[in-house]
Amino acid sequence: MAGGETTLAVEGLKTHFFTKAGVVKAVDGVSFEVAKGEIMGLVGESGSGKTVTGFSIIGLVDPPGRVVEGRVIHDGRDLVGLDDEQMRSLRGNRIAMIFQDPMMTLNPVLRIETQMVEAVLAHNAVPAEQARDAARDALGQVGIPSPDERLRAYPHQFSGGMRQRVAIAIALLNRPSLIIADEPTTALDVTIQGQILYEAQKLCRETGASMIWITHDLAVVAGIADRISVMYAGRIVEQGTTADIIDQPAHPYTRGLIGSVPSRNTRGDRLFQIPGMTPSLLNLAPGCAFRERCSVADDACLAEPEPSRPLPGRVLRCHHPVLDTAQ
Amino acid sequence: MTVFIIRRLLQSAVVVAVMSLLVFVGVNVVGDPVDMLINPEADQAEIERVIRDLGLDRPLHEQYGYFVVNALQGDLGDSFIFGQPALQLIIERMPATFELAIAALLLAVVLGIPLGVLAGLRPDAGWSRTIMAGSILGFSLPSFWVGIMMIMLFAVMLGWLPSTGRGDTVPVLGVEVSFLTRDGLSHLLLPAINLSLFKLSLVIRLARAGTREVIHQDYIKFARAKGLSETRVVLVHLLKNIMIPVVTVLGLEFGGLVAFSVVTESVFAWPGMGKLIIDSLHELDRPVVVAYLMIVVLMFVIINLVVDIVYSILDPRVRLQDTKA
Amino acid sequence: MTVQAEQRPGSGLEAEPRPDDVSVETPFRRFVSDFLESRIATAALAVFAVIAFIALFAPWIAPTDPYDLAQVSVLDSHMPPGSTAFDGRVFVLGTDGAGRDLLSAIFYGLRISLGVGVMSGIIAMAIGSVVGLAAAYFGGRVDTVIMRIVDIQLSFPSILVALVLLAVLGKGVDKILIALITVQWAYYARTVRASALVERSKEYIDAATCLALGHRRILFRHLLPNCLPPLIVVVTVQTAHAIALEATLSFLGIGLPITEPSLGLLIANGFEYMLSMKYWISVYPGVALLITIVSINLVGDQLRDILNPRLQK
Ligand SMILES: Nc1ncnc2c1ncn2[C@@H]1O[C@H](COP(=O)(O)OP(=O)(O)O)[C@@H](O)[C@H]1O
Ligand code: SF4
Ligand SMILES: [Mg+2]
Repeated sequence: MAGGETTLAVEGLKTHFFTKAGVVKAVDGVSFEVAKGEIMGLVGESGSGKTVTGFSIIGLVDPPGRVVEGRVIHDGRDLVGLDDEQMRSLRGNRIAMIFQDPMMTLNPVLRIETQMVEAVLAHNAVPAEQARDAARDALGQVGIPSPDERLRAYPHQFSGGMRQRVAIAIALLNRPSLIIADEPTTALDVTIQGQILYEAQKLCRETGASMIWITHDLAVVAGIADRISVMYAGRIVEQGTTADIIDQPAHPYTRGLIGSVPSRNTRGDRLFQIPGMTPSLLNLAPGCAFRERCSVADDACLAEPEPSRPLPGRVLRCHHPVLDTAQ
Repeated sequence: MTVFIIRRLLQSAVVVAVMSLLVFVGVNVVGDPVDMLINPEADQAEIERVIRDLGLDRPLHEQYGYFVVNALQGDLGDSFIFGQPALQLIIERMPATFELAIAALLLAVVLGIPLGVLAGLRPDAGWSRTIMAGSILGFSLPSFWVGIMMIMLFAVMLGWLPSTGRGDTVPVLGVEVSFLTRDGLSHLLLPAINLSLFKLSLVIRLARAGTREVIHQDYIKFARAKGLSETRVVLVHLLKNIMIPVVTVLGLEFGGLVAFSVVTESVFAWPGMGKLIIDSLHELDRPVVVAYLMIVVLMFVIINLVVDIVYSILDPRVRLQDTKA
Repeated sequence: MTVQAEQRPGSGLEAEPRPDDVSVETPFRRFVSDFLESRIATAALAVFAVIAFIALFAPWIAPTDPYDLAQVSVLDSHMPPGSTAFDGRVFVLGTDGAGRDLLSAIFYGLRISLGVGVMSGIIAMAIGSVVGLAAAYFGGRVDTVIMRIVDIQLSFPSILVALVLLAVLGKGVDKILIALITVQWAYYARTVRASALVERSKEYIDAATCLALGHRRILFRHLLPNCLPPLIVVVTVQTAHAIALEATLSFLGIGLPITEPSLGLLIANGFEYMLSMKYWISVYPGVALLITIVSINLVGDQLRDILNPRLQK
């Protein structure tokens, strides 16, 4: 967007789950771009379809889910419709993913060494010794002390923060052009969160990788992302630079999210909470999905709002966006 | 830890003592001891001599002491039929039973784990349902009847495999085994399959349940996100996780195989200790029966003890619980 | 009804809860309709009902009385299925070594096998429930001792426990009943204790204790009914197991005496003719045994699924 090359372009992505109870439209027409070296924040409440978006990109949607429409263009190639082997050779190689819960992402019965070396060998025909060296270097890079010893350890000998560092090290192993980080700090203590956040940002800059940073916490992403996409009920409702989104949120939902971020000014006050709950994505009624919770909703909102580009670099899906700069 | 082991040892000793008491009282109180312990063909003088020898004219608690002292010295009486010490008879038959049980265990693992994993990976596929239906049958079918059907089909009708006996054996480390000769192996096959069917069903169920649980774990998805091949995900990441519970359960089940070999050995006339005890029950060869029961109970107590201790070493939570209690 | 059953999701992995039924159902009707949801289980229940009917009324519906010497002729022995005797009767499933009509023998055998299995199940359930309730209700030492015994007994396979008892007691209907009860009671005790413990922690038992209701009243009027669902599941599994074990022991010649020719004994009788290709004498009683056990197990599986939703995966 910012003039540079585009690492990833998602266009009209729809991922639906065909359950026995009905169709869950977890991702329903999502479009965004990530430029080379850019960090894009994907923000939304739990259940809004962020994780499914991430898995759709790397082709790991579990049945009964399926990408039903749209394109995922990575380095000029559409990933939707690639065969299993082509997808496999991309995963963990050109596109890596870090998961939310570090306690669950490492296999409890395999040594760290095994889990790192196999990631190298899956994509490179190199001797095991060389793969091991790469693993050790990656551990050092993410700030794990005495990596040689730690390679021999099992996951349960690491703390949560350390395990997430290992997961990041694994993601970095093959120098991917894109890293999808799915709430990698949510399960961690606040102090560790800060460290990991800083570390991830630094590594991304160093290696030139692009990153999609998924979170439900706007405060987290405000400090790290270049641009932010706000997701609600399977759709992106607002998109813009981090400064724009934070300073001039236009979508009622984004404004609600910002209202619920604790800041110096609101300390002591009760946090503003968006009333109501995320709607179930199963058999979602037509019209704006935020209608039930929106304070400015009216009859126009019974119709689906189409994406608009009111300002340069800004995308909005709302009939009544707040476009003044009074905030 | 030591406290734990001592407690378990004590408990095991109590179980063995209770069993010896049960068998002893069974033989001496419920039944007529003279009837049970003395060869029915002996004459009056002989009977009286044996009564004195065995201390049957003494009070019951003294008799029990006598029985225990003898048992501890490995003397469980002589077989009426064979005239040999009962213990020796049983030990002679042990290798055949163990060979059968081990073969059955191997079959259960080697066939059960792949079948269970396959059924767990694609639970809705037709062949998965077939595997599971088969395992329900394996649980339901009485193994003696399956054995009979196997003999009918493979021995009588098709004539592919022999129906009875152990075939040629060769000594390995002083123990006669069947599986190293062609003839022995052909004799071993049907009984081993028969004995393994129940455990095979069990392994299939365990492996399937484990697969269905593990396959949805984040670490499997993460392994895929690393770009590993599906083969490696299943054979390394999945299999290693389900092997631990399966192997633990199977360790516990080995004793069960030895116990249930009673049935298989009788159907296939496999000359092990299971067939021996059924024959002895028919021929009223009580010393052999008593000796068999004591030995098998002892074996079980030891297996349970070892599994408990190994488990407590592997799983710190068990240890903690026990020292608190 | 059937349409609704079709639409209901089975044991799939649906993420969303299924929409609630609109109709108001009593717990019992809900139980019945849940059960009928599985076509296999319904069929199994029907098959079991037929078997139970045959067992109950064997003397009236069997073509002949196979143990009435006046009706049996050795001249008819070893006749294959479908043969006709010289007096014109047809032996649908053939005859055994003594010239008995096999179909009739199977009907009578079912009566004995099912009778022994069910009776041992009922007595074991009564004993096990009382012991399990006592363990849960009194707790402490009583509980520890009882559960230790249960654990130890369950660590031995059923066949070994039965062997010990039969070796000591000898042969006979009463002896095999004792053996089958001993093999089963611990399962009932463990099941009842587990669910009684859950119930005990609920408030109404405290309330009952405060009202100074007697132990017995609290145990049997309040705790026991709530242990019923898991108990029903164990009953089916254990009864099937008892029937199979009795057949096995009788086949080995250490179970029922020949005066009580259960299916296991019929199979044992046929075994000696197997090598001369007279397969039917062993096969058909075995098939009857198999159908009985499988139908009970299938009913049990479905009961487990609907009575214990936690086990549903
Ligand atoms: N395997 C699945 N089957 C059915 N629905 C699913 C499945 N996985 C996710 N979903 C649905 O997709 C929606 C979005 O989930 P997710 O992407 O995990 O949300 P987020 O990551 O934003 O919290 C949820 O409503 C969830 O119900
Ligand atoms: S479209 Fe209407 S309901 Fe939806 S967010 Fe905008 S104003 Fe609110
Ligand atoms: Mg998520």
